[in-house]
Amino acid sequence: MNRLITPRMLRSALPALSFTFLLAAIFYIQPRAMSYFGLNLMLNLGVPIALATLAQMMVITVNDLDLGIGAFVGVVACIGVTWLKETPLLGVAALLGCIAIYAALGALIHLRNLPSIVVTLGMSFVWLGFAVLILPTPGGSVPDWLRAFMTLKTPYLPFAVILSILIALLVHWGLMRTAYGTIARGAGGNPRSMEQAGWSGLRIKMTMYAMAGFFGVLAGLALIGLTTSADANIALRYTLLSIAGVILGGGEFVGGRISPIGAVIGALTLTLAGSFLTFLRISPDWQIGAQGAILILVLALRALINQAERKK
Amino acid sequence: MVHSEIVNLNGVEKSFGAVQALGGVDLRILAGECVGLVGHNGAGKSTLMNILAGTLVHDTGSISIAGNLLPGRYSVPLAHQNGIRCVFQELSLCPNLSVAENARVLHASLRGFGWRKRAGALLTGMLEDIFPANGIVASDIVGDLDIGRRQMVEIARAFTVTDVPLHLVILDEPTSSLDNVAAQQLMSFVRRFTAKGGSCILISHLLNEILETSDRIVVMRDGRIVDTRDAGSFDHQSLVGSMGSVAVEADNDGAKFVSRRADGDKTISMGVEGADAIPFAAHRGEIVGLAGLAGHGQTDMLVSIFAARGISVEAAHVPQRVAFVAGDRQTDGVFPLWSIALNTTISSITSMVHRLLIDPQREKQLAETWREKIAVRTPDVDNSILSLSGGNQQKVLFARALGSNADAILMDDPMRGVDVGTKQDVYRMIRQEADAGRTFVWYTTEMDELRNCDHVYVFRDQEIVAELARADLTEERILQSSFDQKAQS
Repeated sequence: MNRLITPRMLRSALPALSFTFLLAAIFYIQPRAMSYFGLNLMLNLGVPIALATLAQMMVITVNDLDLGIGAFVGVVACIGVTWLKETPLLGVAALLGCIAIYAALGALIHLRNLPSIVVTLGMSFVWLGFAVLILPTPGGSVPDWLRAFMTLKTPYLPFAVILSILIALLVHWGLMRTAYGTIARGAGGNPRSMEQAGWSGLRIKMTMYAMAGFFGVLAGLALIGLTTSADANIALRYTLLSIAGVILGGGEFVGGRISPIGAVIGALTLTLAGSFLTFLRISPDWQIGAQGAILILVLALRALINQAERKK
Repeated sequence: MVHSEIVNLNGVEKSFGAVQALGGVDLRILAGECVGLVGHNGAGKSTLMNILAGTLVHDTGSISIAGNLLPGRYSVPLAHQNGIRCVFQELSLCPNLSVAENARVLHASLRGFGWRKRAGALLTGMLEDIFPANGIVASDIVGDLDIGRRQMVEIARAFTVTDVPLHLVILDEPTSSLDNVAAQQLMSFVRRFTAKGGSCILISHLLNEILETSDRIVVMRDGRIVDTRDAGSFDHQSLVGSMGSVAVEADNDGAKFVSRRADGDKTISMGVEGADAIPFAAHRGEIVGLAGLAGHGQTDMLVSIFAARGISVEAAHVPQRVAFVAGDRQTDGVFPLWSIALNTTISSITSMVHRLLIDPQREKQLAETWREKIAVRTPDVDNSILSLSGGNQQKVLFARALGSNADAILMDDPMRGVDVGTKQDVYRMIRQEADAGRTFVWYTTEMDELRNCDHVYVFRDQEIVAELARADLTEERILQSSFDQKAQS
């Protein structure tokens, strides 16, 4: 077989291919979307989803799953439109506290050997309650600097696109290229041998959960920068979207096989899928089902590629 | 510096529950020697190596390294600091990482700018040194390599040196996935390594490797070192001989044994590919033993028999009703949240159904019957299965298999960690059931249990290499077949 088109290559190109395909389909149906303004409109809500997907990916790297990330992004959004605006110091402290709680969750899951889905699902209700306490009714207002940052007008390429590329490259470098990222992925691949080689499983898990918390905070801030107000339920659907984004981007649930660039593309693909279905005039009632169908289609393609690889 | 001491174990003992794995081992490894370690299943080789590598903590005895007695607990980091590495039988690489990244995992000092290049160069350099022209590139993902190459990477990684000098490498069956050429390359590398003052402990079932490569051979049996001599004073025969137990009188009771094969009523037959391969067969009322070193294909045989149940073609004939007694009862055997009664009756549910529902009366009755029959020590079968000791849990698993209507019962080394009294009960029960016409296929790692079998197949390298009727069964013949006789072709 040609060295250039190996199944592994195909598999890692699949997220980008499906994104391009979807974008081309949108441009075909609605040529007016092919503009600075159109791209910005379609993709800017993809930025917080991409950040939440990266948060999810941190947890998936160490073979866990975070079912509370959506509610967590909601809490961050509520803190952002209240404390962060009125008493910035308290707001920042609260956000740092949230990240610390995430690290503590990682420690709890590792030390007590608990299933992560149970712990994070339980926490999702805690986060939701916390969010309602901070912001009982939808509203609030966002700090001006955040609003200004998220609506930045950049030349040539919309800010949402530039931001997505920057985030993807940064996380790719951190997780795939640095020596420490290697250790984190290794802990997903073979936790026992990592401990045999003298690495602390506890530290790795706490670090990755803290990273998940950090990206969850960024996702919440990016979200309110665009929406300018918040409510407790604002990001609940992010939980499943983020898992879908990671998987769509070429990641796997276990084994430390992840792809940060793929995850960002996966999140943007899911965002685009919404616009695509709107352009097709599919009623919002059917959109979630149609989104699921797109997901199944891409995953089926991946399964086919894997099968081709096994046959080789 | 020549012949200075690397590590010295003194009276090291280790028990797992009631089972003593090591009973007072003294072992001294000097710089620049290769020590071959041989012994049959359960001799304590793996336990000893795990203690040396720091992954298991010994109960009593002392360990000194480079002449210094260790004050506190010995551990993995301590082993690393003192230049002791271990290549375990199960691969310890991360399959999702590249070759270079796996080098980084072992060496914390590989970091900072350009670490990937340095890690790659370090490991591929060592690979080239041990296995020339191996075709492995530093950026290859380990999971994409075939098993042989993965083992090469694992071995080469153990020999790489960054900031801590390397003194001793333990190689536990290092050639199990290597082809002949690579195995030869490794052995000559080991000799070069020891010539430069490093030390190796080599564990292998290929006695040729041991005899040709090591300077000294240590023979273990029943958790003790029974013989240690220069490699030159051993040959195949004497090495196999010293692995066997001294007591031979028990072997003689096979003489009065009558084979059941004459009846010709085959219950299970499994064809095997290959011209000189020995096919597997089990007859009605027969207890067939699967012997050989652990992990040489016995469990796979049981699994493939189970998978083929109900199939009757030329290559394979297996009855419809087959029961399996798992060896690893924690993961494959018990339902930990269920009662003893439910655990006993789960395989027989279809026979207890009354009008689409399970008849609780019949269920209770069946559980009670088996409790008495095999003497499970419990006041009430409705107690949790976890209230029983390990041996009694295993009895319940036997009851589950025997209580079903299976014609053949497959047993995957089920007596691990079971006390002697329970074992005797179960042996008696198996014999009774066999006399009543059931067929047993029994994989066991214990030599004594093979004496309960009518017919024994010995496995080596995923193949049946010998077939012994009970009358011909001796420990020596099993050992001879388990370890290679001639150089591997």
